[in-house]
Amino acid sequence: MVVVQVGEDEVDRLFQALADATRRDIVSRVLVAEYTVSGLAEQYAMSFAAVQKHVAVLERASLVTKEKRGREQIVRGRVDAVQRARRLLDEYEHIWRQRIDRIGDLLAEDASDQD
Amino acid sequence: MAVISTEKDTDALHFRLVAEFDAGTERVWRIWADRTQLQRWWGPPTWPATFETYEFEEGGRAAYFMTGPDGEKARGWWRITAVEPHRLLTFVDGFADENGDPVPDMGETTATVTLEDLGGRTRMTMTTAFQSLEQLEQMAAMGMEEGVREALGQVDALLAEDAPV
Repeated sequence: MVVVQVGEDEVDRLFQALADATRRDIVSRVLVAEYTVSGLAEQYAMSFAAVQKHVAVLERASLVTKEKRGREQIVRGRVDAVQRARRLLDEYEHIWRQRIDRIGDLLAEDASDQD
Repeated sequence: MAVISTEKDTDALHFRLVAEFDAGTERVWRIWADRTQLQRWWGPPTWPATFETYEFEEGGRAAYFMTGPDGEKARGWWRITAVEPHRLLTFVDGFADENGDPVPDMGETTATVTLEDLGGRTRMTMTTAFQSLEQLEQMAAMGMEEGVREALGQVDALLAEDAPV
């Protein structure tokens, strides 16, 4: 469940950004910890320039931020930690509400068996 | 409505759900104790759960998988830490790899289930404790990727509809 409220052209950018496995991997990493562009480049069998291009696509889709620190560029996931926690807990709640509904249905079967 | 309340605490990293059912505690206990009953509600209809191992006792283990629409399998494990019939169940659960072995990077969560007799009705309280915010973040990142893959699958299906017959 992707909980991002955006306009249609933004959806296009978002989908395009995440249609690539390397870019999805970059997003997963920078949501957990900040990385320098060169630090990210070390993770993949591709050039620094290629990784930089991927980061630029993600930045245009508002999935990451890039900030200059000295000679390095720091990449971070954009949703702050508490929002991420809240979103996961919301998803978790959704899973459990559906389970409770199924339990309710299961118990209701007993009642109809007794009729 | 079976669900009475839910509570999410992002600082304490826990989730609590309270539900009430029109059935006695012995009956509600069976939805956990009986593997066949558990399989009917643990996974969503599109991802039904199969428990290959289910040792419903203190120190017991469970191993299960959920089968997705394309036949892909998501695996999980439990370690049961307390069983007090009709009253209390606690277990630790986590993700498993394709061999059913725990994936340590994903951490584990602790679930506590209590049943309370309300004179023929049952109040069930379920609390899940997460280990760290980092664990939540990793799970959120994974969930996001899953969601995107699902959304992309829907786009493929839409495009296929437009294809000339």
